[in-house]
Amino acid sequence: MPRPGFVLDVDRSTPPTLFWHGDGFRLERLPAGRTRVIYPPEPLPAITDVDARIRNALEHPIDSDPLSALLFPGMKLTIAFDDVSLPLPKMRRPDLRQRIIEAVLDSAADAGVDDVALIAALALHRRMTEDELRHAVGDRVYDAFAPRGLLTQHDAEDPENLAYLGTTPHGEEIEINKRAAESDLLVYVNINLVAMDGGWKSTATGLASYRSLRHHHNPATMQASHSFMDQHRSELHKSNWRMGKVLRDAGVKIFQIETTLNNDTFPSPFEFLGKREWEWSARDRGLYVAASKSLAKVPTRTARKIFQSIEAPHQMTSIQCGEVEAVHKVTTENVYRQQLVEVQGQTDILTMGIPYICPYNVHSVMNPILVMCTGLGYFFNLYRGKPLVREGGVVIMTHPTPWEFNPVHHPSYIDFFEECLADTTDPHVLSQKYEERYANDEWYRHLYRTGYAYHGVHPFYMWYWGSHGMQHCGKVIVVGGEPRSVRRLGFTPASSMDDALEIASDAVGRDATITHFHTPPVMMADVR
Amino acid sequence: MRALRFDRKPLRYAAAFVAGSLSPGKGAAVGPLALVDDDPPALPSPDWVTIRPRLAGICGSDLSTVDGTSSRYFEPIVSFPFVPGHEVVADAPDGARVVVEPVLGCVTRAINPPCPACARGDLGNCERLAYGVLEPGLQTGFCCDTGGGWSTAMVAHPSQLHRVPDAMSDEAAVMVEPTACAVHAALAAGVHEGDTVVVLGSGTLGLLTIAALRHFTPAGAIIAAARYPEQKRWARTFGATTVCDPPELARTVRRATGSLAYREQLTGGADAVVDCVGSEGSITESLAIVKPRGQITLVGMPAGVKLNLTTLWHRETRLVGAYAYGTETLASGERRRTFELAFELVAAAGLERLVSATYPLRDYKAALEHAATAGRRGAVKVCFDLRSEKGR
Repeated sequence: MPRPGFVLDVDRSTPPTLFWHGDGFRLERLPAGRTRVIYPPEPLPAITDVDARIRNALEHPIDSDPLSALLFPGMKLTIAFDDVSLPLPKMRRPDLRQRIIEAVLDSAADAGVDDVALIAALALHRRMTEDELRHAVGDRVYDAFAPRGLLTQHDAEDPENLAYLGTTPHGEEIEINKRAAESDLLVYVNINLVAMDGGWKSTATGLASYRSLRHHHNPATMQASHSFMDQHRSELHKSNWRMGKVLRDAGVKIFQIETTLNNDTFPSPFEFLGKREWEWSARDRGLYVAASKSLAKVPTRTARKIFQSIEAPHQMTSIQCGEVEAVHKVTTENVYRQQLVEVQGQTDILTMGIPYICPYNVHSVMNPILVMCTGLGYFFNLYRGKPLVREGGVVIMTHPTPWEFNPVHHPSYIDFFEECLADTTDPHVLSQKYEERYANDEWYRHLYRTGYAYHGVHPFYMWYWGSHGMQHCGKVIVVGGEPRSVRRLGFTPASSMDDALEIASDAVGRDATITHFHTPPVMMADVR
Repeated sequence: MRALRFDRKPLRYAAAFVAGSLSPGKGAAVGPLALVDDDPPALPSPDWVTIRPRLAGICGSDLSTVDGTSSRYFEPIVSFPFVPGHEVVADAPDGARVVVEPVLGCVTRAINPPCPACARGDLGNCERLAYGVLEPGLQTGFCCDTGGGWSTAMVAHPSQLHRVPDAMSDEAAVMVEPTACAVHAALAAGVHEGDTVVVLGSGTLGLLTIAALRHFTPAGAIIAAARYPEQKRWARTFGATTVCDPPELARTVRRATGSLAYREQLTGGADAVVDCVGSEGSITESLAIVKPRGQITLVGMPAGVKLNLTTLWHRETRLVGAYAYGTETLASGERRRTFELAFELVAAAGLERLVSATYPLRDYKAALEHAATAGRRGAVKVCFDLRSEKGR
């Protein structure tokens, strides 16, 4: 029986705490008597016969006819699936998407469906490489569909292949992939890593255009989402759900497939990353030392390559299919079952180690904007109830934060960092002053459509993603970060954790309470 | 008189090259430049006069000379020994303050009739710089017959002298000569209404060029690349609409012009680029960011550079030089002396603010080192102050 999450009160006997530090780690001894460390629950047991469970779910959906009953000869069937941003790290082959898509294709073949197309639901993310697509859907599916142009990647800038479906009562326009909108059935295959993944967000975001996305990917929506992971208090969620109603009313028929994973995140020799430090064996300690020393000695590029090659052993814990909202309700409970940790009260200082990866730098560089987004956008928002840190409190992150970008994946990020953040870090001002120009820049559009670049507006979205955290916190400190880039983010650099705590004391006093959010593996704080 | 004299001493010149390469401005310590007590230069002809410098600026070309890095191209049009200093405000014999227009054209050389360029008033293009009554010398400050501003006395032809208005300070007046260079460059840059203009380099010449572009041309956006905070501040003050770090320049121009790109080369780019650096890197970058059929105006003095000119050929780029001054044709068709325009701009833009430090002659090594590292030390123009020198 896996143990639930745990909140440790740090005392003098507590061993140093592991912090992620980009492509490396650091051990920090946190002050005794006023620090607690939140550990994620242990991995839930995996479903053993995955393929059977998938087929069973397809035939026993929630609030929907079985998939086989929805398929008929002559129909137009589209299968959309989550892109390279999920899951993190990428999972070992066979990827869940492959197993599910193969099952859906078998059903389609049985029903005599000929017109089948697959679409990677990129939204404004970069296109996937052939290797990444093969990893997600498997070689058999790739070879059957890609050469015939039936495996495509959603292009949010292709006016010929977008369909405008209407507007919500709030004035939010819905424009999604035309093939998906005009199909007799859209099957959407999700991997729901966190609670906000899935639901109407799959189609209303993953297959949408900038015209649609701008209605919820903006500072006002993000700052009104407390948090993204709590659908009852997420304005982002509400906006997607309003759009979902328009989709449904427009006749878009969706068969939603959602899956959850356990948090068995790191394979050998990195298993120690998922353990609690005082339970590290001699082998774990040896592996930590060996990993830390060797990572520190190899060039950054090599360290990055080592980490990016990690394939997580995480396993499926649930699959549910059928009507979007009903499915997502069950999915959310399954995500919470794995990730929720009950935490009593807020803290003055929240510490977090920022790892080498986030949804937007797979096989790429964790640039400073993504460091901000991972800390204040993702980790800060992994709460239900109240933020872990009190209003006006301090967030301390650890990450090298180099002034470094992948020019192929993140060209507009470079400009955003050089031009926009040099001017202001206020998300509202950024939105008003710069967003439109970046969103409509012909060069970024070209790179997004034909290369492997995130859309021109994407760095803005990353910045907005952290805007609730920025608004809530009194100060953000980055330990070990390159001072120049940390300052450009509007944060304060510190050379050590002791320095950071000293700096933080100006804002929250000398006896401030400290909470370390020991993630990844991913968890979610249920703050009472 | 006291003067800093530059002799032809090849070994010392080589030593200056080594020292200057290691640390800019250090060529003064080991090179052929020396502080001497000497007789004032004789008058080359009766109409010449002796003037007594008050302030004399240190220019980039002076630093190249001191550090042994200037081009050998100049050898036939320089005569040794010479006293450097061509940015000069001085006292004339009649007590008036004057600014020296240092180009030694046909009139100063008593060549009559003058060459076609001098006849047009384009002194900077004089075809007789090594002829006439003077020894070779493209300007005062590079000619053994005239002396130069880094001294307590020098000689000048009356045609070289521009009276300084009473209301203008010496600091403002000493900025007139470099400003004239910038005005000439700005007016030669081929700028049309609303054009996007890039200025590379934000040393003295770059900053003055920004001011001149804003004052005398209908430029729209002016994008400046500046390395140091003070330079950035001045660039904005004088009219740059966007200021970026040099490594960010190509991306900044791309954004501003809505261009696409082929690797490092923009497909479009700025309408005009004014290169106030003049290095291999700056010219290469200028070629990458100027639009097809755009113009690069080279204001910074290049030496030997190695360039890939395929883009110049393919995109029909115009690469033109802008040296010194003479007579300008304004948009209205009016012809005016560049120095008149420079006086106007110095007063209008308050360019005396760019004089950051002054030194007596005896501290010339420190002065030259300061000038060579001005940017990172938050300075712009460094001058010699001769007003209280002995023997003046």
